[in-house]
Amino acid sequence: MDANRQDDAMAPASKIERTARKQQTRRHILLTTPALIVLAAAASGPLIIMLIYSFLTAGDYGGVVWKASTQGWFKVFLHKDIFDDALSLQDAHISIFWRSVKLSLLTTLLAVILGFPTAYFIATRAPGRRSMWLFLVTIPFWTNLLIRTFAMMEVIRNEGILNNLLMKLGLIHTPVQMLYTDFAILSGMTYVYLPLMILPLYASMEKLDFSLIEAGYDLYATRMRVLRRVILPLVKPGLVAGSILVFVPSLGAYVTPRVLGGGKNLMLGNLIELQFGQGRNWPLGAALSITLLVMVMIALIFYVRSMQGGPRQHG
Amino acid sequence: MCAVCRAGPDSMADRIRHRPFSVRHLPGFSMLAMACFMVLYLPIMVLVVYSFNAGSNIALFEGFSWRWYEAAWGNEQVQQAAIRSLVLAVTASACSTILATMAALGTTRTSDYKGITVIYAMINQPLMVPEIVTAVALLIFFAMIKVSTGYQGVGYLMIAHTAFCIPFAYLPIRARLESMDLMLEVAGADLYATPWRTFKRITLPLLWPGILAGAMLAFVISLDDVVITEFVKTPGQDTLPTYMLGQLRRVITPEINAISTALLAISVILVTGIFLLNRKKG
Repeated sequence: MDANRQDDAMAPASKIERTARKQQTRRHILLTTPALIVLAAAASGPLIIMLIYSFLTAGDYGGVVWKASTQGWFKVFLHKDIFDDALSLQDAHISIFWRSVKLSLLTTLLAVILGFPTAYFIATRAPGRRSMWLFLVTIPFWTNLLIRTFAMMEVIRNEGILNNLLMKLGLIHTPVQMLYTDFAILSGMTYVYLPLMILPLYASMEKLDFSLIEAGYDLYATRMRVLRRVILPLVKPGLVAGSILVFVPSLGAYVTPRVLGGGKNLMLGNLIELQFGQGRNWPLGAALSITLLVMVMIALIFYVRSMQGGPRQHG
Repeated sequence: MCAVCRAGPDSMADRIRHRPFSVRHLPGFSMLAMACFMVLYLPIMVLVVYSFNAGSNIALFEGFSWRWYEAAWGNEQVQQAAIRSLVLAVTASACSTILATMAALGTTRTSDYKGITVIYAMINQPLMVPEIVTAVALLIFFAMIKVSTGYQGVGYLMIAHTAFCIPFAYLPIRARLESMDLMLEVAGADLYATPWRTFKRITLPLLWPGILAGAMLAFVISLDDVVITEFVKTPGQDTLPTYMLGQLRRVITPEINAISTALLAISVILVTGIFLLNRKKG
């Protein structure tokens, strides 16, 4: 509407204006092109090739034979018995899918439990102090993911400080095997992705209007009720953004489950890698990758939808 | 902090005896926050402390020594991996920052032209697509090229790193561009400066903090990358992170802690730099 009106107003000088604008647009596109070429060559282009590969036949020693086949996609969830051709569900894959989703959801939940109070704590500091606390969150965020995973490994291993501490406290007598379990992956992912929860939560809590909270207390609301009925609805955008930012990379995690899961407790990322290594089934690997990508896209679409419905804010 | 007493006189005395009522306070939240900061820093601190271990065990601290730093420094594999990491990070951050600056100039302060949504989607793709998916796609694509050209060099890693660094360099530059005063450039043009001169004398100096922040981010991102490098590299092309990933499968000595601590220090210095750059702006 506004843009149209502006165009009308500019109508008299339009011809020169329009060519000038056209030239400007052409210059803008030219400026953007080199970046797009690199991205097409090493990001979006390869994705399309992978989609094609998922419909080819697996080569005997890795790679593909250029013959169309739906075997790759077939094997994502189904399994054909080699003797009697009976179809059954691919249990191993389904359990890995389930573990990935379950661990990612639990990671998100743990990150909310730890991240929410932390973001609130930072947002309620004196304005001058906040950036310092925030900086303390950013540092681990920019630290190498592998290093942080390795640090977690040292904490939870059998001779690690956590087991030592528990034994000194007399809670356990022999070290508890925590490394190479689902628990290890869960704590590792929570540790690694926690800053991704705190930062967007803080961004929405920073704008929190405390007079609304005060109004809640004035109307004799308990703390719990104020938290649930006033604070939570107001910071919902940050909560949803943080949850997506934690859930999405957890779902596609590769390094953390590889290091902390110890090869037994696979997640989707490791299952994909397996097809390009020992599995020697590139089409299946490509199909699994695209399945993961679709799951991530669904989560992102859900996020965009909830944000569009979001701005029903008070005040 | 504003402590607001809200209750009636009878319960007020009661409250004051404990603690002034604050609307900002939620019980237990500060304690949980402190626990959270401990969770964030304790593992890293343990890792750093054990890098100075005199013994060869990562579970038992036997006194302070630089032994493992010397061992890492003298390890030829580590040296080569470190050099490769640095070369890659410098190349990728330089290339991606130049490309991202151009792209930022081409996508901000413009009337929306056709296809701009596609451009945004392409630029942000490395942020949205899981790294393992990109890594596998690159493995497939580069394997095709390797077969047809026979080229095995480090170029694959360079273009891959440049590509996934672009959005990280792009975001701070774009943010800076959007907050810049367009009038200054118009004034330059009014004074008969050529577009190139306007860019060099006005736009670039104003944009510089954003470019610097973008380059530093890209450098850290490239230096830290594990997954894409692991899938794209040909044997013998280890960077420091992939070297470490390989070592984690073997017997772990504090040498890994020493390398980690060194990498950690670089990241912390760069991130502190970005933090200070941003603060100066605000």
